[in-house]
Amino acid sequence: MASVKIRLTFPEDKIKEPIIYNIGHEFKVVTNIRRADVREKKGWVDLEVTGESSEIEKAVESLKTKGVKVDPIEKNVIE
Amino acid sequence: MSKIKGLICRECGKEYPAEPLHVCEFCFGPLEVNYNYDWIKGQISREKIEKGPKSLWRYIDLLPVVGEATVGLYAGLTPLIRAHNLGKELGLDELYIKNDTVNHPTLSFKDRVVSVALTRAKELGFDTVACASTGNLANSVAAHAAEARLKCFVFIPGDLEAGKILGSLIYQPTVVAVNGNYDDVNRLCSEIAAEYKWAFVNINIRPYYAEGSKTLAYETAEQLGWMAPDHVVVPAASGSLLTKIWKGFNELEKLGLIDKVRTKVSGAQAEGCSPIATAFKNKTDHVKPVKPNTIAKSIAIGNPADGYYALKAVKESGGAFDTVTDPEVVEGMKLLAKTEGIFAETAGGVTVSVLKKLVEQGIIKKKDRTVAYITGNGLKTQEAVINAVGSPVRIEPKLSAFEKILKK
Repeated sequence: MASVKIRLTFPEDKIKEPIIYNIGHEFKVVTNIRRADVREKKGWVDLEVTGESSEIEKAVESLKTKGVKVDPIEKNVIE
Repeated sequence: MSKIKGLICRECGKEYPAEPLHVCEFCFGPLEVNYNYDWIKGQISREKIEKGPKSLWRYIDLLPVVGEATVGLYAGLTPLIRAHNLGKELGLDELYIKNDTVNHPTLSFKDRVVSVALTRAKELGFDTVACASTGNLANSVAAHAAEARLKCFVFIPGDLEAGKILGSLIYQPTVVAVNGNYDDVNRLCSEIAAEYKWAFVNINIRPYYAEGSKTLAYETAEQLGWMAPDHVVVPAASGSLLTKIWKGFNELEKLGLIDKVRTKVSGAQAEGCSPIATAFKNKTDHVKPVKPNTIAKSIAIGNPADGYYALKAVKESGGAFDTVTDPEVVEGMKLLAKTEGIFAETAGGVTVSVLKKLVEQGIIKKKDRTVAYITGNGLKTQEAVINAVGSPVRIEPKLSAFEKILKK
């Protein structure tokens, strides 16, 4: 089992969608929100995703396909 | 009793031992060093600092290492230049340039943070250091790792121009060029940092690394005769530098080394990568990630790790954030060079042009004792000005030909 810590940033048109709930159903991953700030027009969520590496990768790809920005919890590490 | 209590989460306040950790296990907030200021107060004095080494290590009592300095012994204590000419040009009575274009050994402020990070990495028992970088950070980590006899890995985006990495390759680190877009490279580096027991300076060593930037505030205050300036202008990339300069001045006040800090801290970003400045203008604390598109590549960080904290520091201090276009960046570089004889990299052009804007807008007043932080050397980004500096006057080898151009 692997675990990743990621920062999700949601575009305005995705705020209402239960995206995190959905990836937990579509893939064999457990999601655990640690911190979040979601408002009417914007939002971010710091999320832990646990599961087999291949399932985590698929879940992350799915998030990106849905228009969610996925970054490491550290955000940009290239300086 | 020692100066470091451990690490503490900047969000929930949970405490951790002083180990190579950077994220709170509970809320995923960033960790920072938790100092024992009462103990430090009993150790530190202006006199002790003034008798210390002629480097940033004169402030060792306020840096997150437990023993002596072992890496980067000559970094810091760069000149604070009274910029009469630039001040006159901009309409400021008392302008200073904190000139980190001449920092030792790799000519940028990164020599400060890397000296601290590698000294701490050695204390923590690491034999390998690493970083992900497109320029200044890579140069500094590679140089200091060579000096410290540490193994070194530098990760770069696969499409980075060869010239950019020459200043790292010369020190013989392992340079890994990663194919993929910026986000792919960024994610891989984060994964490598989690997987390998290396000192990744701006990831698992970040709480220690970032503290090195405070020395820019300490030096400024000491060089001004132990006082904080009225206004400072700082380039913002990850936002860490700005945050730590603000912290540095406040620590000096807390320890009784300077009077009350009334410094306004303003941030400078290039228009093509201005997530923090945009949040400031929109009066929100939500720093929305952007895709960078600017010649000021050394500060082009689209999703800044400390953006939120930089925004907070600027607001707390009563400063401002502003942006400039790429042509204005070049103009800023040329203005600094022609008035003060300092060739700064593009980030310096951003700082000078934002400084100019803030004076024009009346945010910085004529009488304000102002310091602009110039963080890297222009020789590193020559391509940015290659078409903007003109060309030599060409003549035949005859005195008459020379005299002809003198009359023009």
